[in-house]
Amino acid sequence: MALILANARLIDPESGYDGPGALRIEDGLIADVAKGATPAAPEGAEVMDCGGMPLAPGIVDMRVFVGEPGARHKESYRTAGAAAAAGGVTTIAVQPDTDPPVDDPAVLEFAMRRAERASLVHVAPMAALTRGMKGREMAEYGFLLDAGALAFTDANQPVADPTVFRNCLDYAHAMGALIVHHPQDPAMTAEGSVTESLYASMLGLPGAHPFAERIMLERDMALVEITGARYHADLVTTRGALEALRRAKDKGLPVSAATSHHHFTLNEHDLADYPTFFKLDPPLREEEDRAAVAEAVAEGLIDVLCSSHRPQDEESKRQPFEIAAAGAVGLETLLPGALKLWHDGAIGLPALFERLSLAPARLLGLPAGRLAAGAPADLVLFDPDAPYVLDRFALRSKSKNTPFDRRLMTGRALRTFVGGREVFTHGVV
Amino acid sequence: MFAHRHLLGIEALGRADIETILDLAEDYVALSRQRDKKRAVLKGLTQINIFFENSTRTQASFELAGKRLGADVMNMSLASSSIKKGETLIDTAVTLNAMHPDLLVVRHQHSGAVALLAKKVNCSVINAGDGRHEHPTQALLDALTIRRHKGRLHRLTVAICGDINHSRVARSNITLLNRMENRVRVIAPPTLLPTGVGRMGVEVFHDMRKGLEGVDVVMMLRLQQERMQGAFIPSNREYFHRFGLDEEKLSHARPDAIVMHPGPMNRGVEIDPNVADDPKRSVIQEQVEMGVAVRMAVMDLLARNIPNMAA
Repeated sequence: MALILANARLIDPESGYDGPGALRIEDGLIADVAKGATPAAPEGAEVMDCGGMPLAPGIVDMRVFVGEPGARHKESYRTAGAAAAAGGVTTIAVQPDTDPPVDDPAVLEFAMRRAERASLVHVAPMAALTRGMKGREMAEYGFLLDAGALAFTDANQPVADPTVFRNCLDYAHAMGALIVHHPQDPAMTAEGSVTESLYASMLGLPGAHPFAERIMLERDMALVEITGARYHADLVTTRGALEALRRAKDKGLPVSAATSHHHFTLNEHDLADYPTFFKLDPPLREEEDRAAVAEAVAEGLIDVLCSSHRPQDEESKRQPFEIAAAGAVGLETLLPGALKLWHDGAIGLPALFERLSLAPARLLGLPAGRLAAGAPADLVLFDPDAPYVLDRFALRSKSKNTPFDRRLMTGRALRTFVGGREVFTHGVV
Repeated sequence: MFAHRHLLGIEALGRADIETILDLAEDYVALSRQRDKKRAVLKGLTQINIFFENSTRTQASFELAGKRLGADVMNMSLASSSIKKGETLIDTAVTLNAMHPDLLVVRHQHSGAVALLAKKVNCSVINAGDGRHEHPTQALLDALTIRRHKGRLHRLTVAICGDINHSRVARSNITLLNRMENRVRVIAPPTLLPTGVGRMGVEVFHDMRKGLEGVDVVMMLRLQQERMQGAFIPSNREYFHRFGLDEEKLSHARPDAIVMHPGPMNRGVEIDPNVADDPKRSVIQEQVEMGVAVRMAVMDLLARNIPNMAA
């Protein structure tokens, strides 16, 4: 049966359209897009009035950790899927740093079976770049691609050895695979739990120099130049790294980059009272970096916005800052976090959803991210102006470690559709 | 009027607070030199010293201070043990809180850990050193020592020399000395200075002789031997040659300059034995004495704010 989403403000990142219109959904796909008008409803079609609210392609989140297998107490596919749906995220690209890591087709298949049964949203699996994510030998890319892997990454564990990384890039390139890397020099960040700065010195916390990011990215750009491989920097958070990224793009290298909403909405001054929910990897940066990252997103130098969703249980966080686990849940705060850029007047909604939906979908080779006939009906209807105070205990994630607890947020998903099926309904429209 | 519930760092103390503590500590210096050293101001109160990081000297100083004031003192050395058992710091705090202590004296190897613990307990908490963040009673005892020798605690020039980067003593002292309107210099190789130190209200020197020129007080810091592997300094002997305090380098300071060290000292690494043990210049032993008096003063003042004491 057809479903008409009528009286919407359509946000299409592909065409740049931001205006009134309606969609017809049939068989899980977008069957028709009517810009500026409502299409005639076929016999028996259900019509849903969107109340003039923005309707955009569902978010494709490229950086999500789910604890299956090995850490289900932190997050399962069921809870991650529910959190994603509530956040307007319709595809989660999952990190391979589970226990055991996804460096073997059997583990990948296990995780996908679990995901298919339990997750409300699509799951796009990433596999390990190196065996055991130890940075020494490359993983079995061919087998893993055949099993459904969409990209290769060692998650938060950078590959330190340049020869190993070069070989990974070379080999994967021959298969057209996307390499996702976390640009942080591991030796420079080994002891740091915050960004090295005057502020960190005052807090007495051991810092990692922000150039740890730039140095690793510069190395990676050189290796991309040698190999020609498709490379995605999974988190870019500093001015120095942005310069390196710009140079690489100017040279025409096949590179892209993401940042998380935490890194352009928060800065190191949020660490005043040693709150471990603010301990992230990479750490929160100086205000100048935060502002530069926000600008780079608006400008398009940073291609992708992600949640960097890393659930941590209470035990991991109830520790002194230096030894507490890093990471924050983000699936339900990504949309309001990203909308801050729109509220600040830095970016239009189609461009914002280009970063949230279309660009990550293209990188992963998925047909999502567009409002076009034939595209999957993965959609989010949202109220960009809805104000609310975030209560971490109301989050759908199994873990509740968010730095936004008790903060005033603006914007939230009202309805989320995956393959034409409504998987989240929050407000009455 | 001393309105604080905890002593977590110098940062929270105003100038009047510092003077209140030092004035009261003077009384306790006198008391500690008498035959009868006991007072009953903490009678009936329980003081627990929890040291997650070993420190014989500081722990003994707090223990003695509590006992002289009549508290029931218990010592717990938890170096790494609770973490090995998988217990979080907050679990430890909740457990301790159930024992109804009145004063907790806490040392921890991680910055901010004492403040975290203080949020979870009902009693007063004294920071006996957290990571590389603060060591407030050390700064206060240093201040008392300086005031007794110089007759004042303002408009002095103080040089803090050595491993500033890893030192909580340095951070607390910089804050306290700035608050009392002194000129503070730090002298160290760049590898042992924290990022942004130049914006902490200090003058930065990499040359010992220039840095010591005309100073009233020379504070030496222990070179953290356990961190000497790697690239911080080339070697002990090279470091001593450039940054170790000997008589020649000290001759650049004022003739009446005093020499301080929080201990334990590495003689021949950051300080020459002849300087360290020179009774005319070194006040290092006196710092230990002032430590007990300052800790008595701090505990006395905090105890006055314990609700059931006021009733």
